Amino acid sequence: MNARHTFILAAALVAWCGGAGAVTIEAVESPRGVKAWLVEDHSLAVVTIDASFTGGAVLDPAAKAGLANLACDLMDEGAGELDSSAYQGKLEDLATSLQFGAGEDAIGVTLRSVTQNLRDSAALLHLALTQPRFDAAAVARVKSQLLASLARDEHQPRAIADRYWREAMFADHPYARRLRGTPETIAAVGVDDLRGLVRDRFAKDVLLIGVVGDITPDQLKPLLDQTFGDLPDHAAAASPPPLKMRTEGEMLLARLAIPQSVVVFGEPGIKRDDPDWFAAFIDNDILGGGGFSSRLTEEVREKRGLAYSVYSALQPMEEGGVIAGGVGTENARVAESIALIRSEWQRMRDDGPTAQELAAAKTYLTGSFPLNLDSTGRIAGTLVQLMRDKLGIDYLDRRSGLIDAVTLDDAKRVAKRLFDPAALTFVVVGAPADLAGAREVGAGGG
Amino acid sequence: MIDRTLLSALLVALVAAPAAHAAMFEAESFTLENGLQVVVLPNHRAPIATQMVWYKVGAYEEIRGKTGLAHFLEHLMFRGTKETPAGAFSRIVAENGGRDNAFTTHDFTAYFQNVASDRLPLVMKLEAERMADLVIDDAVVVPERQVIIEERHMRVDNNPSALFDEQLDAVLYQNQRPHDPVIGWESEMRGLETADAQAFYRAWYAPNNAVLVLAGDVTPERARQLAEQYYGPIKPHELPSRVTLAEPPKVAATRLVMKSPRVAETRWSRAYLAPSYLSGETRYAYALQVLEEVLGGGASSRLYKGLVVDQGIALSAGAFYDPDTRSLASFGFAATLKHDVPLADFEAKLEAIVKTALADGVTADEVERAKSRMRTGAIFAQDSLSGPARMVGEALAEGRSLEDVQSWPDRIGAVTLEQVNEAARLVIHDDFAVTGVLLPQPAS
Repeated sequence: MNARHTFILAAALVAWCGGAGAVTIEAVESPRGVKAWLVEDHSLAVVTIDASFTGGAVLDPAAKAGLANLACDLMDEGAGELDSSAYQGKLEDLATSLQFGAGEDAIGVTLRSVTQNLRDSAALLHLALTQPRFDAAAVARVKSQLLASLARDEHQPRAIADRYWREAMFADHPYARRLRGTPETIAAVGVDDLRGLVRDRFAKDVLLIGVVGDITPDQLKPLLDQTFGDLPDHAAAASPPPLKMRTEGEMLLARLAIPQSVVVFGEPGIKRDDPDWFAAFIDNDILGGGGFSSRLTEEVREKRGLAYSVYSALQPMEEGGVIAGGVGTENARVAESIALIRSEWQRMRDDGPTAQELAAAKTYLTGSFPLNLDSTGRIAGTLVQLMRDKLGIDYLDRRSGLIDAVTLDDAKRVAKRLFDPAALTFVVVGAPADLAGAREVGAGGG
Repeated sequence: MIDRTLLSALLVALVAAPAAHAAMFEAESFTLENGLQVVVLPNHRAPIATQMVWYKVGAYEEIRGKTGLAHFLEHLMFRGTKETPAGAFSRIVAENGGRDNAFTTHDFTAYFQNVASDRLPLVMKLEAERMADLVIDDAVVVPERQVIIEERHMRVDNNPSALFDEQLDAVLYQNQRPHDPVIGWESEMRGLETADAQAFYRAWYAPNNAVLVLAGDVTPERARQLAEQYYGPIKPHELPSRVTLAEPPKVAATRLVMKSPRVAETRWSRAYLAPSYLSGETRYAYALQVLEEVLGGGASSRLYKGLVVDQGIALSAGAFYDPDTRSLASFGFAATLKHDVPLADFEAKLEAIVKTALADGVTADEVERAKSRMRTGAIFAQDSLSGPARMVGEALAEGRSLEDVQSWPDRIGAVTLEQVNEAARLVIHDDFAVTGVLLPQPAS
C-alpha cells in the first residue's frame, strides 16, 4: 500500500527541470544523417532508445480525433512478414520492451533491450516504423479495447473532471479534445488514415532521439541508420491552430454518487521558453509542488485533514501552458477545501514566497534533480525533453545556476503575473454539500 | 497494442507488484549489536543514494478491531519526534534536495529517502531518531486520522473495482491476514486512538525488528561506520510474540457478484489459494511463477492469445501470482469481457483453456521460452537506484535471505517442465476457487 506523497505521480506532467549530475551527453550523427544524444553507461548490459516525433494528437483531424493514439496502439501489432502474434512473440523472446505512445504534441517510442539483443530489437522497431501491417483483425481488436477504455473513463471521477476542465479551458482548440478520441471518431479511422499518419509524421526532420546505456558512439551510428535511416527526410507540413485559453474562472459540478469529491482546477500558466519559467517553477513548488510540505499540503492536509492529496503543477505545452492541480476531499467539506485553495492562490499573488521559502525551494529543486537520472529510461526521456525544449547539450551543467539566479523580486513579480484566483476554473465531480455558484454539467454516465 | 497492464490493473486487484526479479548484484550484509540488520548495495553510477528502513511489522500484527493501525502509524511517523518538530521531517529532507515516502503492507512497513550521497548522514540521523523517539499525541492523531480516511475514500470507496477486490480477498482468505485490507475498514479506522498508535509503536519499532538497506553511491565501510554512529546507540527491546495464522482448508467454491452503475464492462476473476515463498508447499513458488508466465504473462500467453486474439471474446486476459508474502499467495486468472459475450460462454472457454493445460500439461517449449525471458528480464530490475533496494528489503523483512534474492534467476532456470505441471495440478481446483464477477448496472 503506497502512502504519503504518492500524489507526486499525479503531477508527472510537470516539466522535468533540473540540475547537474554525473551525466555526460554526447551528440552522435550517423552516416545517413540521423542525430541522437547519447549517454554511455556500461555498468549494466542494458540500452534504452527514446525517440520522439514532433506533432501529436493536436494534428489529428477533428473528425478522426484519437488517430495518433490508435496508431500507437497498433504499431506493435505486426509488421513486414510478421503478423501480430509473431511480432509480439519475437519481442517477448528478446525480453524487449517496445512502447509507442501519443501525447498532445508528440508521438514517442521507447525501446529497452539487453545489450545482446539490441540489434534484433532495433530491427523490429525498424520494421514497425517502415512496414506496419494494420491487419483488419488487429485493428478491430484494438479498437474494441480502446472503446472499452473510453467507456471506463466515463465512470472515473478523475477522468470526468479532467475532460470538463480541458473543454472549459481550451474551447475549440484540439487540446480540448480527448486525446484518445470518442467512439464516433475512432470508428471513422480507417487503415488509410493509419498508413497516412505513418507516412506523414514519422520523418527524420521531426525526430528527436535519446540513447542511454551499454553502447559506444561507434556502435550507435550504424544502429541509428539501420533503425531510422529509411524514414523520409521531411514530415508533411502541419501545425496546430493557435491556442486561446479561457481567462475567467468558473465552477463546474458533475454530480456523481461517490463518497469523496474529486476536484480539478487550474488557469493559464507559462510556456517552457518563457524567460520567467524558473521563477514560476519555484513559486509553484512552494504553493503546491511535490517536494515537501507545500502551502496547499500544509493547509488542506496537514492542518485540517481535508484530503490525502492536494497539489498544483505547471504543465507547459507547445501552444501554451497551464497551472493545474487537484484535490480529493470529503463531500461535506469541498467548499472549505476550495476556499483554502483560493486563499492560498491569493496569498501567493499578493505576497509571493518568503526569502526562506525561496531558499528552501532552490535547494530542493537543484538537489533533487539528479535523483531523476537513476535509470536508462529516465535519462533517455530527459535527453529527448532537453532537445524538444531546445535547452542545449550543456544544459544539465547550467541548470542549478539558472535556478539559483532567481531573486526574491523575480519570484514575487512572477507570482503576481501568474497566480490569479479569479481566473481559476474548478471542476467538481461528486456529491458535494453547499457548493455555491456551480454550473451543473452531466456526469456522463453512472 | 493496448498495454495489458493498464487494462488488467483495473480488473485484477489480487495482482501485486511483479515478483522481485534480480540477477546478481553486489551486496554486503552485517548485523549491529542491537540486532539491526544492515544491507549495502553499492552502485556508483551517479552520486546519489537511497536509505530504506524496513520494519518487520505490518497489518499482520494488528489486533482484532484495529484494522488500519499499521498504516496509520506509518503516517504518524512523519509527524515529529522529540528532536524534530511535527511536519519538519519531509521539509528537512526536501531542503536538502531529497525525496521521501513510505509504504505499508500486511507483512512490513518501509520508509525511504533518496538523496545526494553526501546527505546520507543527515537522513540516517532523522530516520534513527524516529525509530525510538516518535511523538504521538492527539494534536497529530486527530487530523491525520481524517487523512487516512480520505485516502481510503480515494483509493477504495471511489473505485468499484478496488471495493470489489477488498470483498474478494475477504472471502479467499478466511483466516490469514489478507482477509482484512491494509488501509483498514472505515468503521474501525474511525476508532483508531492515540493510545493504539503509541502501543503499536512501542511494541514493534525497534532496531532488532528492522532492516536497514543503503543503496547507491556508498561503500560498505562507510555504510557500516554511519550505521554504527546513528543506529548503534538505539536500545533493542523484547518483541511481542508473533502469531502465525494458518488458513483452514478450503472446502467450497465461492462466487461473488457485484453490480455497480460505475463500471463499464464485465470484469471476471478466479483465484486459488497457492503456496508462497513462506507459506504452504513453498517448493512450488518458482514453478508457479513460470506457470503464470506461460498461461497469462504476455501477448503470446495461452489466455491472452486464446481469449483476446484468437477467439475475440475478451478485451484483456491474464494470470496473476505473487509469492512474496508471509501468508499463502493467491494464483489466478482475470479478464475483461467484450460487452456482447455471455458470461457463461466466456467461462466455458476460459475453463477449456485451463483444462487443456492441466490435462495435457504445458509444453517444454513454452516453459523454456518463459524461463529465458524471465531470466533476461531480471537484469532490468537493476536499472534503477531503488529497484534492488526494494527487492532485498522486502525479502529480508519477510524473513527470506539475501541469497534467495540473488539466486532468483538460477532458481527460475532450474524449474523443470514436470514441476510446472505438478504445480498447476496442485493449485488449480475449481471446487475451491473464489470467482468474482463485477457487472455494469445501468443507471436507473
